[in-house]
Amino acid sequence: MADIAARGAVTATGDSRSSLHKLMQRKSTIAFLMALPLMLLILLLVAYPAGYAVYLAMLNKGMTKFVGLGNFDFLFGRETFWMVVYQSCLFAITAVIFKAIIGFVVAHFVHNIPSKGQRKWRGMLLVPWVIPPAMSTLAWLWLFDPSYSAFNWILAGFGIDRIPWTGETGWARFSVILVNVWIGAPFFMIMYLAALKSVPEQLYEAASIDGATWWQRIWYVTLPMMRNIIAITALFSLIVTFANFDIVRVLTKGDPLNTTHVFATWAFRVGIESGDIPLGASVSLFMVPILAVAATFILRDITKRGSEV
Amino acid sequence: MAQVTLRKVVKMYDEVQAVRGIDLDITDKEFIVLVGPSGCGKSTTLRMIAGLEEISGGDIAIGGDVVNDVPPKDRDIAMVFQNYALYPHMNVYENMSFGLKLKRTPKDEIDRRVKQAAQILDITELLDRKPKQLSGGQRQRVAMGRAIVRDPKVFLFDEPLSNLDAKLRVQMRTEIKKVHQKVRTTTVYVTHDQVEAMTLADRVVVMNAGLIEQVGSPNDLYHSPATKFVAGFIGSPAMNFIPCHLEQAAGALRVRVSDTLSFPVPADRTSRYTAHAGKANLILGLRPEHIAETRPHIEPNQHDFTIPIDVVEPMGMETLVYFTIEGTEVCGRVNPNAGAAAEKPMKLRADLSNMHLIDDSTGKVL
Amino acid sequence: MANATIASPTATTISGRRYGSMSRDRKWALRWSYFFLVLFAIFFLTPPIYMFITSLKTSAEISAESNPWWVYSPTLANYIELLTQNQYLTFFRNSAIVAVLTVLITMAISVIAAFALARMKFWGSATLATGVFLTYLIPETLLFIPLFKMFAWVNETFGIQLMNHWWTLIILYPTLTVPFCTWIMIGYFASIPKELDEAALIDGATWTQTLTKIFIPVALPGIIAATIFCFTVAWAQFLYPLAFTTSTTELVLPVGIVTTLIKGDVFNWGQIMTGALLGAAPPLIIYAFLMDYYIAGLTAGATKG
Repeated sequence: MADIAARGAVTATGDSRSSLHKLMQRKSTIAFLMALPLMLLILLLVAYPAGYAVYLAMLNKGMTKFVGLGNFDFLFGRETFWMVVYQSCLFAITAVIFKAIIGFVVAHFVHNIPSKGQRKWRGMLLVPWVIPPAMSTLAWLWLFDPSYSAFNWILAGFGIDRIPWTGETGWARFSVILVNVWIGAPFFMIMYLAALKSVPEQLYEAASIDGATWWQRIWYVTLPMMRNIIAITALFSLIVTFANFDIVRVLTKGDPLNTTHVFATWAFRVGIESGDIPLGASVSLFMVPILAVAATFILRDITKRGSEV
Repeated sequence: MAQVTLRKVVKMYDEVQAVRGIDLDITDKEFIVLVGPSGCGKSTTLRMIAGLEEISGGDIAIGGDVVNDVPPKDRDIAMVFQNYALYPHMNVYENMSFGLKLKRTPKDEIDRRVKQAAQILDITELLDRKPKQLSGGQRQRVAMGRAIVRDPKVFLFDEPLSNLDAKLRVQMRTEIKKVHQKVRTTTVYVTHDQVEAMTLADRVVVMNAGLIEQVGSPNDLYHSPATKFVAGFIGSPAMNFIPCHLEQAAGALRVRVSDTLSFPVPADRTSRYTAHAGKANLILGLRPEHIAETRPHIEPNQHDFTIPIDVVEPMGMETLVYFTIEGTEVCGRVNPNAGAAAEKPMKLRADLSNMHLIDDSTGKVL
Repeated sequence: MANATIASPTATTISGRRYGSMSRDRKWALRWSYFFLVLFAIFFLTPPIYMFITSLKTSAEISAESNPWWVYSPTLANYIELLTQNQYLTFFRNSAIVAVLTVLITMAISVIAAFALARMKFWGSATLATGVFLTYLIPETLLFIPLFKMFAWVNETFGIQLMNHWWTLIILYPTLTVPFCTWIMIGYFASIPKELDEAALIDGATWTQTLTKIFIPVALPGIIAATIFCFTVAWAQFLYPLAFTTSTTELVLPVGIVTTLIKGDVFNWGQIMTGALLGAAPPLIIYAFLMDYYIAGLTAGATKG
């Protein structure tokens, strides 16, 4: 497209132009320049720091000498580290499963009601995703308050003992997952709703005539048609949840006793609050293998989408 | 026994009546075609028989049982959709066996039925392919196979050939007819193409604006249309409608279409038409095939006339000629060697034994 | 053509089973749908509503034993205190400036990059496109530590203090927003037919004119969606400001509320909730008015891949 204009400009003004000018006029050069800021941004502020993180992870605490894999050895020996690995995976996998289920179920209900009302409901149900996570986590923190929890007040009305939402390990982990699901389920709902709408109505009609009940229609028509979207959304969410910082930081700060720490928050504690940057870098680096695996699957699924009917 | 009965069936969408009260009796094993222009209610009627649309009024019965409140899956019907509606993630075999699988039919029984249907439709080599690997015609056959395998009481076809190109359509039409001869099941077939209707049907139901205009065998509809709509809808090219007057002169009736041209009314119709002589809004209906070139021997009820031709359309096996009578364009079909030429007068012969007289104020054929 | 009269609908059974009216079944399915939707709506909306309720309470009422779900003596004191207090307004101002500038920078970089990647072929464009996508998957929680060190190095080498200034964030936020915005817009731009550009060129436009007069208006929905997303992400950022800004004058809203309003062990919940609600307000207001663009942006990311 641009080369037609470019060529026109060159010939119109004669050919006494320098070769540099000709180079500037070529379409691919212009395109390259347009993409240059993006490339610089990614190189300087993403790719380089990522590589730098690897280097940092291999320094000692004072950053004076190179210790190779010393930091990693140290981490493997720390019980807290393994707890962090366990907790990060636990939160991510559990949260994504629940988010997917709730998202799917709610998307179905929204899809069932007449289209005029759908917009309203969709709007209301997406609110958790719109509010900045740090703000809404504060609300949950207040709802979980040890002394004044509004939830405990309701439970007391039924004669149930107050629950230590953030005080006790089991409940604290539950609360982190709950807030995670609360924030993320609307995203799943929106994605699944869009996918539900793209399944041709006639397939459901054909299945009805073939004898399928509502449950069989979901199992044999809806789910297979949505397989791709389900996978992509789940993987996206897995990555985001796995690397999540805000919720744990605001809700529990990793307590009680480091039983709710995830990679991100523990790296912050160790790297910035305790001032051991190389160790912090090592911790956050552990996220990379898992994220890389998830990313490969996403890429493969997204390209596969194009070739499906 | 799989007869289908419709009694006073009505379908309303909000304030609009898409189907305005139709009565129809379809006998067992009959191939009946619902035909009409877009929006006439034929697809809606079909979908009500299938249970995909709710019935606003009236009753529909399949095999003697009223099915108004019965969900589609319990009506023992099978449907072939315009867009085939094949499950994209299943291969042909799985698509065809889906319904039986849901009914927990034993696997060898499923296998036997699928293979049998595949043989009838000549798709046995396609059984392990996915729909996206098939051509349009192949997909349509798989859709039919899915229906045959179910061995239902009624087959429902919703404009199945509309998505195919012209040549394929003609081919598939014959296939469908062959299948019906082998698998004798009551069939309700919807199309907007009157050629399909005429070639496939035992009986044709012409629908217009939510009502049935006429029900009859293809021949009946062709030769004895009851309304102007049916007369103009059936037959291609369409019947000519020429405004006319009935004159009585010397005891004989003539149809006058212009100051210079009139045709004698056949003797056997004189008594029928005399009552309408002198009425306004009369239309002479004459099919193009009954306006042809002159031949050596003239038959009774044929009348020759000369008229300048406007446009000539050679079709290969015949030539269509278009001329004007008092502002109305008229079409005739002549032998390609009859020497028809644009803007030259030509001598034509009208065969009035097949004429129709229509009262335009009521739309009825007299 | 005669047939036996049809028996009355309600009395007929087929294979021995009774059937209810199909429309009655559908009505019940609808009622269940609404019932569950209400339940989920309660689940999703309770925290923000509770934020609002709390923001209207006095400290006394908050620590009382009364029903926390009701406001007995509503007051606007919390709002007034926060809004007249310089600190909160500083946070708000910082957030606003940072978010707006981030949006401008991000859109400037993303739009032209997306245009180049979607419609022009150049050396490495396919790799770059995949690279953009992969970047989105590298979380901030991986990068903040090396960036921390890099900024320290810049300070040592060039004497520029990047730490503890709110405008540093403007450098950092685009790393989070540019990849996804570029990705969304590549999808949108690629779906605009090339014939549009060609028609414009034949009509005599230069390619700059094509870009500004034809292309951008048509791509506007995608651009708006990306802008909204960018603003929301920038506004909600927590980790980077927490790591890189410490003095109260430099804080942005999320960090400000969490750190300053929680003084030691004393939580002033009334003010915290008010602060949080006001902090959540801008994205919510944008959402209320531009909901369709918001949702389009979300679904574009994964489906237009």
